[in-house]
Amino acid sequence: MSPAIELIAINKSFGTVHANRNVNLSVERGTIHGIVGENGAGKSTLMSILYGFYEADSGEIQVNGQPIAIRSPNDAINAGIGMVHQHFMLVEPLSVVDNVMLGAEGGAMLRVGEAKARAELARLARDYGLEIDVDATVGDLSVGLQQRVEILKALYRGADILILDEPTAVLTPAEADALFELLRSLKEQGKTVILITHKLREIMAITDRVSVMRRGEMVATLETADTSPPELAELMVGRRVLLRVEKAEKIPGAPLLEIDNLSVVDARGVLRVANASFNVRAGEIVGIAGVAGNGQSELLEAIAGMRQPMLGSLRVEGRNISSSEHNPHRMRQLGLLHVPEDRLRMGLVPAFPAFESAILGFSDEPQLGRGPILDHDRLIADLTKKMEQYDVRPPAPRLKSSKFSGGNQQKIVLAREIERHPKVLLVGQPTRGVDIGAIEFIHRRLIALRDAGVAILLVSVELDEIMNLSDRILTMCGGKITGERKASATNEQELGLLMAGVTDEAA
Amino acid sequence: MSAPLDLPRWADTVLVPALSVVAAFLVAGLVVLGIGENPLSATRYLLQGSLGTGEGLGFTLFYMTDFIFVGLAVAVAYHAGLFNIGGEGQATLAGLGVALVVNNLTFLPGFLLIPLGILGAAAFGAAWAAVPGYLQAKRGSHIVITTIMFNWLASVLIVYLLVNVLREPQSMNPETRAFPDQARIPFVHEVLGAIGIEIPASQLNLTLVLALAASYFVWLLIYRSRLGYAIRVVGSNPSAAVYAGISPARITIIAMLLSGALAGGLAVNELMGYQHRLLLEFTSGYGFVGIAVALMGRAHPVGIILASLLFGILYQGGAELAFEQPAITRDMVVVIGGIIILFAGALDGLFRRAVAHLFARQKLARA
Repeated sequence: MSPAIELIAINKSFGTVHANRNVNLSVERGTIHGIVGENGAGKSTLMSILYGFYEADSGEIQVNGQPIAIRSPNDAINAGIGMVHQHFMLVEPLSVVDNVMLGAEGGAMLRVGEAKARAELARLARDYGLEIDVDATVGDLSVGLQQRVEILKALYRGADILILDEPTAVLTPAEADALFELLRSLKEQGKTVILITHKLREIMAITDRVSVMRRGEMVATLETADTSPPELAELMVGRRVLLRVEKAEKIPGAPLLEIDNLSVVDARGVLRVANASFNVRAGEIVGIAGVAGNGQSELLEAIAGMRQPMLGSLRVEGRNISSSEHNPHRMRQLGLLHVPEDRLRMGLVPAFPAFESAILGFSDEPQLGRGPILDHDRLIADLTKKMEQYDVRPPAPRLKSSKFSGGNQQKIVLAREIERHPKVLLVGQPTRGVDIGAIEFIHRRLIALRDAGVAILLVSVELDEIMNLSDRILTMCGGKITGERKASATNEQELGLLMAGVTDEAA
Repeated sequence: MSAPLDLPRWADTVLVPALSVVAAFLVAGLVVLGIGENPLSATRYLLQGSLGTGEGLGFTLFYMTDFIFVGLAVAVAYHAGLFNIGGEGQATLAGLGVALVVNNLTFLPGFLLIPLGILGAAAFGAAWAAVPGYLQAKRGSHIVITTIMFNWLASVLIVYLLVNVLREPQSMNPETRAFPDQARIPFVHEVLGAIGIEIPASQLNLTLVLALAASYFVWLLIYRSRLGYAIRVVGSNPSAAVYAGISPARITIIAMLLSGALAGGLAVNELMGYQHRLLLEFTSGYGFVGIAVALMGRAHPVGIILASLLFGILYQGGAELAFEQPAITRDMVVVIGGIIILFAGALDGLFRRAVAHLFARQKLARA
């Protein structure tokens, strides 16, 4: 039997960037096929070519053994290919059935199409266990269910081949498990699934075969059963990497950051953080685990002084921070530094040369210049040194900040904060969009900082990262802290429940 | 992933603007052709009238002085992410500041009175810009709307003051009495004449030196100072500014103060340097030309000086052209200016994209 998808010698360039270089890929019918690779390895480009967003510069696409030209997503849909994007393409105020038939209404009047859609949805629910309330408003559904609507949309359009792009990025562990259950049942029914992810755990858990991309090239396709995460990581990066950074047990010192009853309201008046109380001690990493959007970002920004907390108090090194001195400037002076979650929106100024981004937040430091004028030579020399220490590539301080890869941008931000010797360090999503090689480096740095006695508060949506780095873990759900565990005495399932809002009292 | 719009610096700052100007002149040439005139002779009159004679050059540089100030004013605000369309009104108020200072402190000697007059211009221009700046920073009222409204307010305010308050009782003209002699900024032909160099008389005065100094100051401020750094962070990435502890509201107000003060330079050049009295509509719409100058100069002082020279040529040469070829009226000259603004400002991206594409291709071919 011919493979469901066969890509032959696909090439695609954007300007000077060769995003896909002679890529071959063969996906067997009725399998789950994983594609892994670092950011910028060309996974998304390849899938965009398959789904008709881009046209390849050269190469051939075969679906079920037939050569086919895919010039638009419509061509892809007609060929039986469906895609579930990382960011959902749903109309939130409309109902599930409306969303599913959107673009496939079948005529000027809705009645006939709607009846057909309802019948088809009922059949899909029966065949695949895709139960859903078809009259619910999409905006009211949980993220996991919204993703289910996306899958239903693809199946409704007759997809035999389903591409999922980083589908678990926004899901709780339990929702991810439900998704995998669904993918297995799709596979049993003969559907083909292509799963793009950077989480090796998921690859190992669910795929039959896995293809690895590196720098635009397809470097290997393996039977999942015959490989291991370290091998995949090595293939992705091109060298051996440690997936888990070792850290010694350590007895933490005095509390350096104490939060008491902190509540935060956003600009629209919505309560984002409710009565959070905790502390972080010297030589300790406290991780905050939670699905994205559950108040972690607001908590971090509030502590950093970027948002005025509505209520509550805050102590740094035992010193009470009054609301008048609770601003980013003052917090920096007190030794509370901050690696923000969103590098491009906050951590640096993309349009600035790197050496200017490297003083963001510190441009008033007297030693950086003479009087009101900044000493550019000095800034460049400073950054040159840091780039060497942090292995930033390319080591070009005058290069625009936006020209560096995510990992190197993050290193520039980390170097800026760490080299100023913080007492308390807030770290948000330190490895989001960062390649595996740089992740190892960043994790080592954070551990070293902890060993040096810094109090670190870590926010990440990567549960692996939280479990790997933290000494203590707090879980957040809906703005509330739902639990606290010692990292050594908990597991993913337990944290998953807490992240889903099953509190200690209820558990 | 879109095609990167990356250009070598020289292409970004010289090639693309030059292409815009050439294209604008070609289109303007077609317009001239369309009304039955010879574009080549029109071009000759334009250049001859603006650069070909000492007198013409003097006038060109006089206009250039005006444009440098208003261009810098727009640029400083632009770096903070603000679109200051109020140069016209700010310059008008600056004129009031000049008149109030020099006509009330007539007992002072020139070396005190001239700097005070300049400070008066800067202070009044800054104050007029501060109100829209404050409203933007604290109340979120859009600066484009408020600065336009403030142009009208300035315009009616000055009419009221000149007709009812500041006019000399025995004069019929809505203007103040002449400034005291020691408050006049010397003409360049006078200064050079005094050291034995004879050049033809024109309106060009030493304010040009002030304009060039202001350009250097703005460069230093924006690209080298801590304050300029903060201004650019706010303009380029407001959320990064909040992260960095830079208050966007404070920077907005400071940038508008600086912008308004720079727009005041127009009043210095026109009133202290040439008219020697405050009169109606001395700004002649130059405040708006500043927007085009800043756009074309890419908000960089060197670019602004070059763009100001170009617009100086256009204004002076255009006047000569209208005189020599009556079929090409003053209005036609405005049309040509408009075409240049269109190409340099609005259609700038057109050439940038094309040039970037060309460079990317070349790079690929070499690789």
